Amino acid sequence: MSEGVMQADQPPVIEAAPAGDLFAKFDGLIAMREGLLKAGQEDPFSLVMEQVLSPTRAICNGRETILLGTYNYMGMTFDPDVIAAGKQALADFGTGTTGSRVLNGTYQGHRECEDALREFYGMDHAMVFSTGYQANLGIISTIAGKGDYIILDIDSHASIWDGCALGNAEVVPFRHNDIDAMEKRLKRIPEGAGKLVILEGVYSMLGDIAPLKEMVAVAKKHGAMVLVDEAHSMGFIGENGRGVAEDAGVMDDVDFIIGTFSKSVGTVGGFCVSNHPKFEIMRLVCRPYVFTASLPPSVVATASASIRKLMAGAEKRAHLWKNSRRLHGGLKALGFELGTGEAQSAIVAVIMPDLEKGAAMWQALLHEGLYVNLARPPATPANMTLLRCSLCAEHSDEEVETILGMFERAGKTVGII
Amino acid sequence: MDRAETDRRIREQLEPFNKKGIAVADDTSFARDLEFDSLTVMDFVAAIEDEFDIIISMNQQAEIETYGQLVDAVHAMRKDDA
Repeated sequence: MSEGVMQADQPPVIEAAPAGDLFAKFDGLIAMREGLLKAGQEDPFSLVMEQVLSPTRAICNGRETILLGTYNYMGMTFDPDVIAAGKQALADFGTGTTGSRVLNGTYQGHRECEDALREFYGMDHAMVFSTGYQANLGIISTIAGKGDYIILDIDSHASIWDGCALGNAEVVPFRHNDIDAMEKRLKRIPEGAGKLVILEGVYSMLGDIAPLKEMVAVAKKHGAMVLVDEAHSMGFIGENGRGVAEDAGVMDDVDFIIGTFSKSVGTVGGFCVSNHPKFEIMRLVCRPYVFTASLPPSVVATASASIRKLMAGAEKRAHLWKNSRRLHGGLKALGFELGTGEAQSAIVAVIMPDLEKGAAMWQALLHEGLYVNLARPPATPANMTLLRCSLCAEHSDEEVETILGMFERAGKTVGII
Repeated sequence: MDRAETDRRIREQLEPFNKKGIAVADDTSFARDLEFDSLTVMDFVAAIEDEFDIIISMNQQAEIETYGQLVDAVHAMRKDDA
Protein backbone atom coordinates (compact mmCIF):
# COMPACT_ATOMS: atom_id res chain seq x y z
CA MET A 1 0.00 0.00 0.00
CA SER A 2 2.83 2.42 0.83
CA GLU A 3 4.28 1.81 -2.63
CA GLY A 4 1.73 4.19 -4.15
CA VAL A 5 2.78 7.00 -1.86
CA MET A 6 6.45 6.59 -2.67
CA GLN A 7 5.77 6.78 -6.39
CA ALA A 8 3.65 9.91 -6.11
CA ASP A 9 5.89 11.92 -8.40
CA GLN A 10 5.29 9.55 -11.31
CA PRO A 11 2.29 10.31 -13.49
CA PRO A 12 -0.31 7.86 -12.18
CA VAL A 13 -3.20 6.69 -14.35
CA ILE A 14 -5.40 7.11 -11.32
CA GLU A 15 -4.58 8.97 -8.15
CA ALA A 16 -2.65 6.51 -5.98
CA ALA A 17 -4.44 5.74 -2.75
CA PRO A 18 -2.62 6.93 0.38
CA ALA A 19 -1.74 4.31 2.95
CA GLY A 20 -4.75 3.23 4.97
CA ASP A 21 -7.29 4.46 2.41
CA LEU A 22 -10.15 2.00 2.55
CA PHE A 23 -11.12 3.05 -0.98
CA ALA A 24 -7.98 1.43 -2.45
CA LYS A 25 -10.00 -1.74 -3.10
CA PHE A 26 -12.08 0.14 -5.70
CA ASP A 27 -9.10 1.29 -7.79
CA GLY A 28 -9.61 -1.40 -10.43
CA LEU A 29 -13.24 -0.45 -10.95
CA ILE A 30 -12.41 3.29 -11.01
CA ALA A 31 -9.78 2.65 -13.69
CA MET A 32 -12.19 0.58 -15.80
CA ARG A 33 -14.84 3.30 -15.64
CA GLU A 34 -12.39 6.07 -16.48
CA GLY A 35 -11.10 4.05 -19.42
CA LEU A 36 -14.61 3.76 -20.82
CA LEU A 37 -15.40 7.44 -20.36
CA LYS A 38 -12.07 8.53 -21.88
CA ALA A 39 -12.99 6.66 -25.06
CA GLY A 40 -15.83 9.18 -25.50
CA GLN A 41 -18.45 6.92 -23.99
CA GLU A 42 -21.44 8.48 -22.24
CA ASP A 43 -21.60 7.13 -18.71
CA PRO A 44 -24.18 4.32 -18.76
CA PHE A 45 -24.57 4.51 -15.00
CA SER A 46 -25.16 8.27 -14.60
CA LEU A 47 -28.09 8.84 -16.93
CA VAL A 48 -30.55 11.49 -15.79
CA MET A 49 -34.17 11.54 -16.90
CA GLU A 50 -34.87 15.25 -17.03
CA GLN A 51 -38.56 14.85 -17.81
CA VAL A 52 -40.75 11.76 -17.82
CA LEU A 53 -43.49 12.09 -20.42
CA SER A 54 -45.24 8.72 -20.02
CA PRO A 55 -44.42 5.13 -18.98
CA THR A 56 -42.60 4.74 -22.31
CA ARG A 57 -41.11 8.20 -23.05
CA ALA A 58 -38.70 10.56 -21.28
CA ILE A 59 -36.24 13.35 -22.01
CA CYS A 60 -32.80 11.88 -21.26
CA ASN A 61 -29.65 13.99 -21.60
CA GLY A 62 -31.70 16.50 -23.61
CA ARG A 63 -33.13 13.92 -26.08
CA GLU A 64 -36.64 12.53 -26.31
CA THR A 65 -36.13 8.84 -25.65
CA ILE A 66 -38.20 5.68 -25.88
CA LEU A 67 -37.86 3.80 -22.59
CA LEU A 68 -37.11 0.10 -23.03
CA GLY A 69 -35.43 -0.63 -19.74
CA THR A 70 -37.69 0.37 -16.86
CA TYR A 71 -39.44 -2.84 -15.65
CA ASN A 72 -42.58 -0.71 -15.80
CA TYR A 73 -44.21 -3.74 -17.39
CA MET A 74 -47.86 -2.77 -17.05
CA GLY A 75 -47.37 0.99 -17.52
CA MET A 76 -49.17 1.88 -14.27
CA THR A 77 -46.98 4.89 -13.37
CA PHE A 78 -49.26 7.42 -15.11
CA ASP A 79 -52.59 5.65 -14.66
CA PRO A 80 -55.09 8.42 -13.74
CA ASP A 81 -56.88 6.34 -11.07
CA VAL A 82 -53.57 5.42 -9.46
CA ILE A 83 -52.34 9.02 -9.46
CA ALA A 84 -55.67 10.21 -8.00
CA ALA A 85 -55.41 7.65 -5.16
CA GLY A 86 -51.90 8.86 -4.36
CA LYS A 87 -52.89 12.55 -4.36
CA GLN A 88 -55.84 11.87 -2.08
CA ALA A 89 -53.67 9.96 0.42
CA LEU A 90 -51.05 12.70 0.33
CA ALA A 91 -53.74 15.26 1.18
CA ASP A 92 -55.47 13.12 3.81
CA PHE A 93 -52.54 11.40 5.54
CA GLY A 94 -49.52 13.63 4.86
CA THR A 95 -46.12 13.03 3.29
CA GLY A 96 -44.79 10.25 5.50
CA THR A 97 -45.38 8.04 8.51
CA THR A 98 -42.08 8.81 10.28
CA GLY A 99 -42.25 5.43 11.94
CA SER A 100 -41.86 1.68 11.91
CA ARG A 101 -44.72 -0.60 10.89
CA VAL A 102 -44.80 -1.99 14.45
CA LEU A 103 -44.93 1.42 16.15
CA ASN A 104 -46.63 4.47 14.62
CA GLY A 105 -46.08 3.53 10.96
CA THR A 106 -49.12 1.38 10.13
CA TYR A 107 -51.87 3.57 8.65
CA GLN A 108 -55.19 2.51 7.24
CA GLY A 109 -53.51 2.56 3.79
CA HIS A 110 -50.91 -0.05 4.74
CA ARG A 111 -53.69 -2.40 5.88
CA GLU A 112 -55.65 -1.79 2.68
CA CYS A 113 -52.57 -2.44 0.62
CA GLU A 114 -52.04 -5.79 2.38
CA ASP A 115 -55.73 -6.60 1.82
CA ALA A 116 -55.27 -5.90 -1.91
CA LEU A 117 -52.27 -8.24 -2.01
CA ARG A 118 -54.09 -11.04 -0.16
CA GLU A 119 -56.90 -10.75 -2.66
CA PHE A 120 -54.57 -10.54 -5.67
CA TYR A 121 -52.71 -13.72 -4.69
CA GLY A 122 -55.60 -15.52 -3.00
CA MET A 123 -53.43 -16.03 0.10
CA ASP A 124 -54.10 -15.71 3.83
CA HIS A 125 -51.31 -13.33 4.79
CA ALA A 126 -49.51 -10.37 3.27
CA MET A 127 -46.73 -8.27 4.71
CA VAL A 128 -45.58 -5.02 3.08
CA PHE A 129 -41.93 -3.94 3.32
CA SER A 130 -40.39 -0.61 2.39
CA THR A 131 -38.61 -2.13 -0.65
CA GLY A 132 -38.46 -5.46 -2.49
CA TYR A 133 -34.83 -5.72 -1.45
CA GLN A 134 -35.85 -5.56 2.21
CA ALA A 135 -38.58 -8.16 1.69
CA ASN A 136 -35.99 -10.73 0.57
CA LEU A 137 -33.46 -9.57 3.12
CA GLY A 138 -35.99 -9.83 5.94
CA ILE A 139 -37.87 -13.02 5.16
CA ILE A 140 -34.84 -15.10 4.16
CA SER A 141 -32.58 -14.06 7.04
CA THR A 142 -35.38 -14.54 9.58
CA ILE A 143 -36.90 -17.89 8.59
CA ALA A 144 -33.63 -19.73 7.83
CA GLY A 145 -31.58 -19.77 11.02
CA LYS A 146 -28.50 -21.50 12.40
CA GLY A 147 -28.36 -25.16 11.40
CA ASP A 148 -30.94 -24.72 8.63
CA TYR A 149 -30.00 -25.07 4.96
CA ILE A 150 -30.79 -22.67 2.10
CA ILE A 151 -30.65 -24.27 -1.33
CA LEU A 152 -30.71 -21.62 -4.04
CA ASP A 153 -30.11 -21.00 -7.72
CA ILE A 154 -26.64 -19.57 -8.41
CA ASP A 155 -28.18 -16.79 -10.56
CA SER A 156 -30.34 -15.48 -7.71
CA HIS A 157 -30.84 -11.72 -7.32
CA ALA A 158 -28.49 -9.73 -5.08
CA SER A 159 -31.28 -9.20 -2.51
CA ILE A 160 -31.58 -13.00 -2.10
CA TRP A 161 -27.82 -13.43 -1.64
CA ASP A 162 -27.80 -10.56 0.84
CA GLY A 163 -30.67 -12.19 2.72
CA CYS A 164 -28.52 -15.33 2.98
CA ALA A 165 -25.53 -13.28 4.13
CA LEU A 166 -27.57 -11.52 6.82
CA GLY A 167 -28.78 -14.83 8.29
CA ASN A 168 -26.97 -17.76 9.85
CA ALA A 169 -28.11 -20.69 7.71
CA GLU A 170 -25.82 -22.93 5.65
CA VAL A 171 -25.96 -21.69 2.06
CA VAL A 172 -25.81 -24.20 -0.80
CA PRO A 173 -26.12 -22.94 -4.39
CA PHE A 174 -26.84 -25.07 -7.46
CA ARG A 175 -26.34 -24.50 -11.19
CA HIS A 176 -28.96 -22.24 -12.78
CA ASN A 177 -32.31 -23.98 -13.39
CA ASP A 178 -30.65 -27.42 -12.96
CA ILE A 179 -33.26 -29.71 -11.38
CA ASP A 180 -30.85 -32.64 -10.85
CA ALA A 181 -28.20 -30.45 -9.23
CA MET A 182 -30.86 -29.09 -6.88
CA GLU A 183 -32.12 -32.56 -5.94
CA LYS A 184 -28.61 -33.95 -5.33
CA ARG A 185 -27.99 -31.19 -2.79
CA LEU A 186 -31.36 -31.67 -1.10
CA LYS A 187 -30.63 -35.39 -0.71
CA ARG A 188 -27.32 -34.74 1.06
CA ILE A 189 -28.67 -32.38 3.72
CA PRO A 190 -28.33 -33.94 7.18
CA GLU A 191 -31.41 -35.65 8.56
CA GLY A 192 -33.64 -33.34 10.56
CA ALA A 193 -32.16 -30.03 9.35
CA GLY A 194 -34.59 -27.31 8.19
CA LYS A 195 -34.56 -26.70 4.43
CA LEU A 196 -35.52 -23.61 2.43
CA VAL A 197 -35.41 -23.73 -1.38
CA ILE A 198 -35.24 -20.28 -3.00
CA LEU A 199 -36.20 -19.85 -6.66
CA GLU A 200 -37.21 -16.99 -8.92
CA GLY A 201 -40.10 -17.08 -11.38
CA VAL A 202 -38.31 -14.95 -13.97
CA TYR A 203 -34.54 -14.42 -13.82
CA SER A 204 -34.05 -10.78 -14.70
CA MET A 205 -30.68 -10.99 -16.39
CA LEU A 206 -31.62 -13.23 -19.31
CA GLY A 207 -35.40 -13.04 -18.95
CA ASP A 208 -35.71 -16.84 -18.68
CA ILE A 209 -38.17 -18.60 -16.40
CA ALA A 210 -37.62 -21.41 -13.90
CA PRO A 211 -39.11 -24.89 -14.41
CA LEU A 212 -41.17 -24.36 -11.25
CA LYS A 213 -43.49 -27.33 -11.75
CA GLU A 214 -40.59 -29.78 -11.53
CA MET A 215 -38.47 -27.85 -9.05
CA VAL A 216 -41.24 -27.22 -6.53
CA ALA A 217 -42.23 -30.91 -6.71
CA VAL A 218 -38.64 -31.98 -6.00
CA ALA A 219 -38.35 -29.50 -3.11
CA LYS A 220 -41.57 -30.78 -1.56
CA LYS A 221 -40.52 -34.42 -2.03
CA HIS A 222 -37.50 -33.67 0.15
CA GLY A 223 -39.51 -31.83 2.79
CA ALA A 224 -38.24 -28.32 2.00
CA MET A 225 -40.16 -25.08 2.32
CA VAL A 226 -40.22 -23.10 -0.92
CA LEU A 227 -39.81 -19.36 -1.45
CA VAL A 228 -40.32 -17.96 -4.95
CA ASP A 229 -39.38 -14.41 -5.94
CA GLU A 230 -41.94 -13.30 -8.54
CA ALA A 231 -40.71 -9.70 -8.92
CA HIS A 232 -40.53 -9.91 -12.72
CA SER A 233 -43.76 -11.79 -13.40
CA MET A 234 -46.44 -10.07 -11.30
CA GLY A 235 -49.34 -8.76 -13.30
CA PHE A 236 -48.79 -10.60 -16.58
CA ILE A 237 -47.67 -14.22 -16.11
CA GLY A 238 -50.32 -16.74 -15.03
CA GLU A 239 -54.06 -16.57 -15.49
CA ASN A 240 -54.50 -13.96 -12.76
CA GLY A 241 -51.07 -12.41 -13.14
CA ARG A 242 -49.83 -14.12 -9.97
CA GLY A 243 -46.63 -15.23 -11.62
CA VAL A 244 -44.75 -18.24 -12.94
CA ALA A 245 -45.87 -20.37 -9.96
CA GLU A 246 -49.49 -19.81 -10.99
CA ASP A 247 -48.70 -20.53 -14.63
CA ALA A 248 -46.99 -23.78 -13.58
CA GLY A 249 -49.95 -24.73 -11.37
CA VAL A 250 -47.91 -24.95 -8.15
CA MET A 251 -49.25 -22.00 -6.13
CA ASP A 252 -50.48 -24.33 -3.37
CA ASP A 253 -47.01 -25.80 -2.86
CA VAL A 254 -45.20 -22.48 -2.65
CA ASP A 255 -44.83 -21.40 0.98
CA PHE A 256 -43.72 -17.81 0.39
CA ILE A 257 -43.99 -15.49 -2.58
CA ILE A 258 -41.82 -12.38 -2.57
CA GLY A 259 -42.70 -9.47 -4.80
CA THR A 260 -42.17 -5.80 -5.41
CA PHE A 261 -44.17 -2.65 -6.14
CA SER A 262 -41.35 -1.20 -8.23
CA LYS A 263 -42.08 -3.11 -11.42
CA SER A 264 -45.62 -3.90 -12.63
CA VAL A 265 -47.24 -2.07 -9.70
CA GLY A 266 -45.39 1.10 -10.67
CA THR A 267 -44.24 2.58 -7.36
CA VAL A 268 -41.82 1.34 -4.68
CA GLY A 269 -42.10 -1.23 -1.89
CA GLY A 270 -41.88 -4.97 -1.39
CA PHE A 271 -43.98 -7.74 0.04
CA CYS A 272 -44.28 -11.36 1.08
CA VAL A 273 -47.53 -13.34 0.81
CA SER A 274 -48.02 -16.73 2.46
CA ASN A 275 -50.56 -19.25 3.74
CA HIS A 276 -48.39 -20.28 6.67
CA PRO A 277 -50.66 -20.28 9.75
CA LYS A 278 -48.01 -18.62 11.93
CA PHE A 279 -46.95 -16.05 9.33
CA GLU A 280 -48.06 -12.98 11.32
CA ILE A 281 -45.24 -13.53 13.87
CA MET A 282 -42.87 -12.29 11.14
CA ARG A 283 -43.99 -8.74 11.94
CA LEU A 284 -42.31 -8.97 15.34
CA VAL A 285 -39.14 -10.88 14.52
CA CYS A 286 -38.14 -9.67 11.07
CA ARG A 287 -35.57 -6.90 11.56
CA PRO A 288 -35.65 -5.30 8.07
CA TYR A 289 -39.42 -4.91 8.67
CA VAL A 290 -39.21 -3.59 12.22
CA PHE A 291 -36.18 -1.31 12.15
CA THR A 292 -37.06 1.00 9.28
CA ALA A 293 -39.79 3.53 8.51
CA SER A 294 -42.88 2.31 6.67
CA LEU A 295 -43.83 3.45 3.18
CA PRO A 296 -45.45 6.91 2.82
CA PRO A 297 -49.28 6.89 2.69
CA SER A 298 -49.29 8.08 -0.93
CA VAL A 299 -47.10 5.14 -1.97
CA VAL A 300 -49.27 2.44 -0.37
CA ALA A 301 -52.38 4.16 -1.78
CA THR A 302 -50.97 4.09 -5.34
CA ALA A 303 -49.87 0.48 -4.81
CA SER A 304 -53.35 -0.61 -3.67
CA ALA A 305 -55.07 1.16 -6.57
CA SER A 306 -52.59 -0.31 -9.04
CA ILE A 307 -52.81 -3.89 -7.66
CA ARG A 308 -56.61 -3.79 -7.89
CA LYS A 309 -56.42 -2.59 -11.49
CA LEU A 310 -53.90 -5.32 -12.34
CA MET A 311 -56.49 -7.93 -11.31
CA ALA A 312 -58.54 -6.80 -14.30
CA GLY A 313 -55.63 -6.23 -16.66
CA ALA A 314 -56.20 -9.06 -19.16
CA GLU A 315 -56.12 -6.82 -22.24
CA LYS A 316 -52.94 -5.01 -21.23
CA ARG A 317 -51.38 -8.35 -20.39
CA ALA A 318 -52.12 -9.68 -23.87
CA HIS A 319 -50.60 -6.59 -25.50
CA LEU A 320 -47.46 -6.86 -23.36
CA TRP A 321 -46.98 -10.45 -24.52
CA LYS A 322 -47.51 -9.40 -28.13
CA ASN A 323 -44.83 -6.70 -27.71
CA SER A 324 -42.38 -9.09 -26.11
CA ARG A 325 -42.80 -11.73 -28.82
CA ARG A 326 -42.51 -9.16 -31.62
CA LEU A 327 -39.34 -7.60 -30.20
CA HIS A 328 -37.78 -10.99 -29.53
CA GLY A 329 -38.61 -12.30 -33.01
CA GLY A 330 -37.53 -9.07 -34.70
CA LEU A 331 -34.15 -8.88 -32.94
CA LYS A 332 -33.49 -12.54 -33.66
CA ALA A 333 -34.28 -12.02 -37.35
CA LEU A 334 -31.83 -9.07 -37.41
CA GLY A 335 -29.10 -11.45 -36.26
CA PHE A 336 -28.69 -10.46 -32.60
CA GLU A 337 -27.80 -13.15 -30.06
CA LEU A 338 -30.52 -13.29 -27.39
CA GLY A 339 -30.63 -14.68 -23.85
CA THR A 340 -33.51 -17.06 -24.59
CA GLY A 341 -34.62 -19.04 -27.65
CA GLU A 342 -38.12 -17.59 -27.47
CA ALA A 343 -39.79 -14.82 -25.46
CA GLN A 344 -40.37 -16.27 -21.97
CA SER A 345 -41.12 -13.01 -20.14
CA ALA A 346 -41.24 -9.26 -20.79
CA ILE A 347 -37.42 -9.12 -20.67
CA VAL A 348 -35.43 -9.60 -23.86
CA ALA A 349 -31.68 -9.77 -23.20
CA VAL A 350 -29.35 -9.01 -26.11
CA ILE A 351 -25.93 -10.59 -25.59
CA MET A 352 -22.99 -8.34 -26.47
CA PRO A 353 -19.59 -9.70 -27.57
CA ASP A 354 -17.75 -7.72 -24.84
CA LEU A 355 -18.07 -4.72 -22.52
CA GLU A 356 -16.54 -2.23 -24.99
CA LYS A 357 -18.90 -3.22 -27.82
CA GLY A 358 -21.80 -3.36 -25.35
CA ALA A 359 -21.10 0.15 -24.08
CA ALA A 360 -20.72 1.44 -27.65
CA MET A 361 -24.00 -0.19 -28.65
CA TRP A 362 -25.73 1.23 -25.56
CA GLN A 363 -24.54 4.72 -26.56
CA ALA A 364 -25.50 4.30 -30.22
CA LEU A 365 -29.02 3.31 -29.13
CA LEU A 366 -29.23 6.30 -26.79
CA HIS A 367 -28.27 8.58 -29.70
CA GLU A 368 -31.03 6.93 -31.71
CA GLY A 369 -33.40 7.85 -28.88
CA LEU A 370 -33.72 4.49 -27.11
CA TYR A 371 -32.91 3.63 -23.51
CA VAL A 372 -32.08 0.04 -22.53
CA ASN A 373 -30.22 -1.33 -19.46
CA LEU A 374 -26.54 -2.08 -19.82
CA ALA A 375 -25.73 -5.02 -17.57
CA ARG A 376 -22.13 -5.98 -17.03
CA PRO A 377 -20.08 -8.37 -14.90
CA PRO A 378 -20.17 -9.21 -12.06
CA ALA A 379 -23.97 -8.73 -11.96
CA THR A 380 -24.43 -10.96 -15.02
CA PRO A 381 -24.27 -14.75 -15.36
CA ALA A 382 -21.09 -16.16 -16.99
CA ASN A 383 -19.60 -12.63 -17.03
CA MET A 384 -21.68 -11.63 -20.03
CA THR A 385 -22.32 -8.05 -21.13
CA LEU A 386 -26.02 -7.64 -21.84
CA LEU A 387 -28.33 -5.01 -23.22
CA ARG A 388 -31.49 -5.74 -21.32
CA CYS A 389 -34.77 -4.64 -22.84
CA SER A 390 -37.94 -4.73 -20.77
CA LEU A 391 -41.21 -4.13 -22.54
CA CYS A 392 -44.22 -2.20 -21.37
CA ALA A 393 -47.89 -2.86 -22.09
CA GLU A 394 -48.05 0.81 -23.13
CA HIS A 395 -45.51 0.42 -25.96
CA SER A 396 -47.55 0.69 -29.15
CA ASP A 397 -47.10 -1.68 -32.09
CA GLU A 398 -45.50 1.20 -34.02
CA GLU A 399 -43.07 1.91 -31.17
CA VAL A 400 -41.88 -1.69 -31.22
CA GLU A 401 -41.20 -1.40 -34.98
CA THR A 402 -39.36 1.91 -34.38
CA ILE A 403 -37.27 0.17 -31.70
CA LEU A 404 -36.32 -2.62 -34.11
CA GLY A 405 -35.19 0.00 -36.67
CA MET A 406 -33.03 1.66 -34.02
CA PHE A 407 -31.42 -1.66 -33.11
CA GLU A 408 -30.70 -2.40 -36.76
CA ARG A 409 -28.98 0.95 -37.40
CA ALA A 410 -27.04 0.92 -34.10
CA GLY A 411 -26.03 -2.72 -34.55
CA LYS A 412 -24.61 -2.03 -38.00
CA THR A 413 -22.81 1.14 -36.85
CA VAL A 414 -21.12 -0.70 -34.00
CA GLY A 415 -20.48 -3.77 -36.14
CA ILE A 416 -22.39 -6.33 -34.10
CA ILE A 417 -24.73 -7.48 -36.88
CA MET B 1 -10.25 -43.84 3.39
CA ASP B 2 -6.92 -42.21 4.38
CA ARG B 3 -5.89 -38.64 3.59
CA ALA B 4 -3.66 -39.75 0.68
CA GLU B 5 -6.61 -41.46 -0.99
CA THR B 6 -8.79 -38.36 -0.48
CA ASP B 7 -5.94 -36.26 -1.93
CA ARG B 8 -5.70 -38.53 -4.98
CA ARG B 9 -9.42 -38.36 -5.72
CA ILE B 10 -9.59 -34.56 -5.28
CA ARG B 11 -6.51 -34.14 -7.50
CA GLU B 12 -8.29 -36.14 -10.20
CA GLN B 13 -11.36 -33.87 -9.98
CA LEU B 14 -9.20 -30.74 -10.02
CA GLU B 15 -7.37 -31.67 -13.21
CA PRO B 16 -9.96 -30.38 -15.76
CA PHE B 17 -10.22 -27.10 -13.83
CA ASN B 18 -6.44 -26.56 -13.70
CA LYS B 19 -6.35 -24.99 -17.16
CA LYS B 20 -2.76 -23.74 -16.94
CA GLY B 21 -1.44 -27.03 -15.57
CA ILE B 22 -0.13 -25.43 -12.36
CA ALA B 23 1.76 -27.75 -10.01
CA VAL B 24 -0.62 -28.22 -7.08
CA ALA B 25 0.68 -28.47 -3.51
CA ASP B 26 -1.06 -28.14 -0.15
CA ASP B 27 -0.42 -24.37 -0.09
CA THR B 28 -1.73 -23.74 -3.63
CA SER B 29 -4.45 -21.08 -3.46
CA PHE B 30 -7.62 -21.53 -5.51
CA ALA B 31 -8.17 -17.81 -6.02
CA ARG B 32 -4.57 -16.59 -6.40
CA ASP B 33 -2.70 -19.51 -8.01
CA LEU B 34 -5.45 -21.35 -9.88
CA GLU B 35 -7.34 -18.10 -10.63
CA PHE B 36 -10.75 -19.63 -9.91
CA ASP B 37 -13.67 -17.22 -10.44
CA SER B 38 -17.03 -17.72 -8.72
CA LEU B 39 -18.48 -19.84 -11.54
CA THR B 40 -15.45 -22.13 -11.62
CA VAL B 41 -15.66 -22.48 -7.84
CA MET B 42 -19.30 -23.58 -8.14
CA ASP B 43 -18.55 -26.19 -10.82
CA PHE B 44 -15.46 -27.48 -9.01
CA VAL B 45 -17.26 -27.70 -5.66
CA ALA B 46 -20.14 -29.54 -7.38
CA ALA B 47 -17.63 -32.05 -8.80
CA ILE B 48 -16.10 -32.66 -5.37
CA GLU B 49 -19.55 -32.92 -3.75
CA ASP B 50 -20.62 -35.50 -6.32
CA GLU B 51 -17.38 -37.47 -6.00
CA PHE B 52 -17.68 -37.82 -2.23
CA ASP B 53 -21.47 -37.47 -1.84
CA ILE B 54 -21.10 -34.55 0.58
CA ILE B 55 -22.23 -30.93 0.87
CA ILE B 56 -19.67 -28.13 1.13
CA SER B 57 -21.81 -25.09 1.95
CA MET B 58 -20.67 -21.60 1.02
CA ASN B 59 -20.11 -20.96 4.73
CA GLN B 60 -17.61 -23.85 4.76
CA GLN B 61 -16.08 -22.75 1.44
CA ALA B 62 -15.31 -19.36 2.96
CA GLU B 63 -12.86 -21.10 5.31
CA ILE B 64 -11.09 -22.95 2.49
CA GLU B 65 -8.43 -21.00 0.62
CA THR B 66 -5.85 -23.60 -0.30
CA TYR B 67 -5.77 -27.08 -1.79
CA GLY B 68 -4.50 -28.58 1.48
CA GLN B 69 -7.37 -27.03 3.44
CA LEU B 70 -9.84 -28.57 1.00
CA VAL B 71 -8.30 -32.04 1.34
CA ASP B 72 -8.40 -31.69 5.14
CA ALA B 73 -12.03 -30.52 5.11
CA VAL B 74 -13.22 -33.30 2.80
CA HIS B 75 -11.19 -35.89 4.72
CA ALA B 76 -12.78 -34.75 7.99
CA MET B 77 -16.29 -34.95 6.49
CA ARG B 78 -15.61 -38.48 5.23
CA LYS B 79 -14.34 -39.56 8.66
CA ASP B 80 -17.51 -38.18 10.26
CA ASP B 81 -19.48 -40.36 7.88
CA ALA B 82 -17.55 -43.56 8.47
